[in-house]
Amino acid sequence: MNRFEYVRAGTVAEAVQAFGAGARFIAGGTNLIDLMKYDVEKPGRLIDITRLPLTGIEERDGGLRLGALATNAKVAYDDRVAQRYPMLRNAILAGASAQLRNAASTGGNLLQRTRCYYFYDAGTPCNKREPGSGCPAIGGVNRIHAIFGASEHCIATHPSDMCVALAALEAVVQVSGPDGERSIPFAAFHRLPGDAPERDTTLKPGEIVVSVDLPERGFAQHYTYLKLRDRLSYAFALVSIAAGLELDGDTVKTARLALGGVAHKPWRNVEAEALLVGKPATRDNFQAAADRIVAEAKPQSENGFKVELARRAIVRGLEQAAAGTPQSLSDKRIQ
Amino acid sequence: MTKQISPAAGLDRHVGSARSRVDGPAKVTGLAKYAGEFAAPDLVHGYIVTSTIARGRITAIDSSAAEAVPGVIKVLTHENREKTAEKAKAYADMVAPPGTPLRPLHDANVLFSGQPVALVLAEDFETARHAAALVRVRYAAEAPETDLAALLPKAYDPPVKRDGIKPPPKAWGDADTAFGAAPIRVEREYRIADEHHNPMEPHASTVVVEPDGTYTVYDKIQGVANSLMYLQGAFGLKDDEVRVLNPYFGGGFGGGLRPQFQLFLAMLAARDLKRSVRVTLARDQMWSFTYRPGYIQTVTLGADEGGALQALKHHVVHGTSRYEDYQENGVNWSGVLYGCDNVTLSYNLVQRDTATPGDMRAPGAVSGMFGLESAMDELAYATGQDPIALRLVNYTDRDPVEDKPFGSKALKACFAQGAERFGWSRRDPKPRSMRDGRELVGWGVATGIWEALMMPSSVRAVLTSDGKLELGNSTGDLGTGTYTILTQIGADALGLPMEDVTTKLGDTKLAEAPVAGGSWTAASSGTAAMKACRNIASQVFVLARGMENSPLANVDFERVVFTGGRIAVAGEPERGVSITEAMRAGGFDRIEATEKAGPDTDFAKQYECYTHSAIFAEVKVDEELGQVRVTRVVSAIAAGKILNPKTARSQIVGATVMGIGSALHEESMLDHRLGRYMNRNFGEYHVPAHADIHDLDVIFVEEEDKANPLGVKGVGEIGIVGTAAAIANAVFHATGKRVRELPITVDKLL
Repeated sequence: MNRFEYVRAGTVAEAVQAFGAGARFIAGGTNLIDLMKYDVEKPGRLIDITRLPLTGIEERDGGLRLGALATNAKVAYDDRVAQRYPMLRNAILAGASAQLRNAASTGGNLLQRTRCYYFYDAGTPCNKREPGSGCPAIGGVNRIHAIFGASEHCIATHPSDMCVALAALEAVVQVSGPDGERSIPFAAFHRLPGDAPERDTTLKPGEIVVSVDLPERGFAQHYTYLKLRDRLSYAFALVSIAAGLELDGDTVKTARLALGGVAHKPWRNVEAEALLVGKPATRDNFQAAADRIVAEAKPQSENGFKVELARRAIVRGLEQAAAGTPQSLSDKRIQ
Repeated sequence: MTKQISPAAGLDRHVGSARSRVDGPAKVTGLAKYAGEFAAPDLVHGYIVTSTIARGRITAIDSSAAEAVPGVIKVLTHENREKTAEKAKAYADMVAPPGTPLRPLHDANVLFSGQPVALVLAEDFETARHAAALVRVRYAAEAPETDLAALLPKAYDPPVKRDGIKPPPKAWGDADTAFGAAPIRVEREYRIADEHHNPMEPHASTVVVEPDGTYTVYDKIQGVANSLMYLQGAFGLKDDEVRVLNPYFGGGFGGGLRPQFQLFLAMLAARDLKRSVRVTLARDQMWSFTYRPGYIQTVTLGADEGGALQALKHHVVHGTSRYEDYQENGVNWSGVLYGCDNVTLSYNLVQRDTATPGDMRAPGAVSGMFGLESAMDELAYATGQDPIALRLVNYTDRDPVEDKPFGSKALKACFAQGAERFGWSRRDPKPRSMRDGRELVGWGVATGIWEALMMPSSVRAVLTSDGKLELGNSTGDLGTGTYTILTQIGADALGLPMEDVTTKLGDTKLAEAPVAGGSWTAASSGTAAMKACRNIASQVFVLARGMENSPLANVDFERVVFTGGRIAVAGEPERGVSITEAMRAGGFDRIEATEKAGPDTDFAKQYECYTHSAIFAEVKVDEELGQVRVTRVVSAIAAGKILNPKTARSQIVGATVMGIGSALHEESMLDHRLGRYMNRNFGEYHVPAHADIHDLDVIFVEEEDKANPLGVKGVGEIGIVGTAAAIANAVFHATGKRVRELPITVDKLL
């Protein structure tokens, strides 16, 4: 871990003001501190934002505004979230551990970095860590890596569970920065690696996440968060599915589907979602949507299984959502 | 050679009963200190810089940026460090395999990724770690070779056999011809991944420089005598110059059998700086030394229609390093477990650019028995037999290799009791025949076997006239319960409450004992403890009988019992004296005795000694998504006398969890181009989480065994052997898919 300067901001404006080259905002620190210990992140200045008044969860435009500093646990156990956005609650609780969720913040969850082995290992090249150094994950140990939207420079995945649900819910990220405030639709918040894998998001330098706004539509009747991984708890997703449906009888009125563990960002395919609309909520139709999604998959040397796993998980997730039997969090089995 | 002695009368109050760990309160309250927790005035902290290449040479090390960091004292490399013993042999520890042991910072050669190339010494840990990241090492790298499958053509029979490990026995009969003639044939390849031990406590050494210039060393080691020997060899230290302690141990599993490089480096630095030094490994550095080597193995079984084995071949290849030929017992089990007239067992190594692998809980048996017991399940299906029936057809009461009977072998009872508890009779043998909702249900069984070993060990016992007993030797309690069982033995032998008995372990100043491993500690140190206590008892008895008007006058030692702090005639509790009275009357404040115990060579001439088990596993597999859950395991264990059912059960339960990990989760993933393990942390190297563990049931089928007076065989390893095969067999039963490569991850089931 490098030596760094520590400053504490009292307001969002102070935090933005304190930003400069080599600076990082720190809230829960559950990822950043690890990365510093691994010598992956070497900030010259840490701007402690934990004192900013951003911990609240408030009603807004029929939806909820999640303060950027509301902890993952606070969001997951908020009654309004549980009742109106159970998909989000389930996604949060499918991730990390109770201790981590008690410390990790909403904004930090959005900004956590990939768990690619090579990114974490300063003894190997990595374009995300050191642009231009190369990507040994390509052709290397990559069973956990991306099957969608990767580039020749980076095949890392975004590790968050919460963000998969936020993508399906079409949340909006409110940010504040040197140029003022702006709103970023969730689908535009994270980016694909392209030729700049060092950039995970579309945030501009000095911009800080101040809240995440949940629209009114929460899919509380027909939803699931289905996470498939190498053990039943405390592992990142090989494939995860956030699904939300609005049904009129048997007919799908609205469909939202986001995948985790498969791309540099929560993966959505709006054409596939559109395929479902106006049709009966049947396994055949779910399979057609799944086929449409995985048709774009480009697996790596060791993760070809993820394509079939994703296809089957999409179908299962949509079935769980349609039946109103979301994946349980307490019963440690896949339903 | 141990004289046969009968267990002391009264050795049954605590021995054989469930007792909580005597070291438990210290561990849960934080009073127990571990090797990296001992402090010393002016302590220096070391952080190791490790190689990023797996093969080649260091061409330059630039430490200037590191040395410029305030608080950094020095950076040691092969270029500036004190000379230590030149000959490689001097670095060989008690359990070193044949070869040239690693000499840390010896020269510019890099033998594996993660090899120490520099040691940064600083006033605090954080500074040392930060500065370590600033050390620039340049290499002339060569392409590493780490892919076992690709290296199979280079496999070789290790020319020098490892001390203490039996090489495969000579073939008997003609397995090839018999296989060709057999009506039922199974020949399959099985693989298991490299696994790293990963105890919770990382390896650490604290070397304290005493005012008189001697060294007190706290080292994470499964036997302090081994670290002492190593330090004496490498640094030319004399007996009275160094003392090694390791009173508590945060998990070993064999990973702490050999002194590791942090010990060498801490001593090197302490001598260089003349200050006390601590070196603790970071979690990712725990992938820089010993591991369970992955196997590629072939099991060949030929049988008649009734399942009787007519031919058995088992061939294993696994990796070792470039510098040592690590060997384990991977195939001999196949010759011992079943009766067969035509057997060929063979065992080869492949050199890879990794650190030397090492013993990891039931080394060889975990990996080899996965192959054998998977193949037996395949044979059961090929012959249309129940897997237990097949094993009983081939059951043997004699060890076919040595042509001797087993000292005891209650394996049939393990099958019977385990099957009853598990409900095996309700199994429909047809694959995919049982389900629970979306999940396919599978039931599998496998056999486990491990050697029941004894090693020479000694225990010193001291009884004081206040009725307190202290026992001690240098072995370690890995968390297995050694403190507790020795305390139980002492308490029973002298009729004292356990609270009045203190056991001290892990100190080279104590009586000499071997490293704790191989499941031999209970038998070896337990017997020595019992003998030492009996020696004291006889001394106390002489004092008691010599008292004026002694109620024990004219009573033989064999007729007295020690109970409630008294010596009394058996069956006549009033006719006796207290230990305190006897010692005071004789003018003794303390009585001590040191006794040795070792293998009973007479017994060993007549019998072979093994522990056995029958493991039953239930899995539920999501038919569509391939997610496997191990919902039940029943382990029926035959391991002689169980000294403490509570700590013994914990051993089996822990080993079962580890076996589930081996079956479903554990895999150190190598990037063969870099020669580097990539998932070097607990987030990505998966061991079972709580959610992965369901019902674990342990049955002890007690055996009367006479290999030692306690009748104990040891339970540290047997619980893991066969577990992975039972699970893989259950997965086949559930899904109809035979997975022959561990771990059974979802990609292998889709």
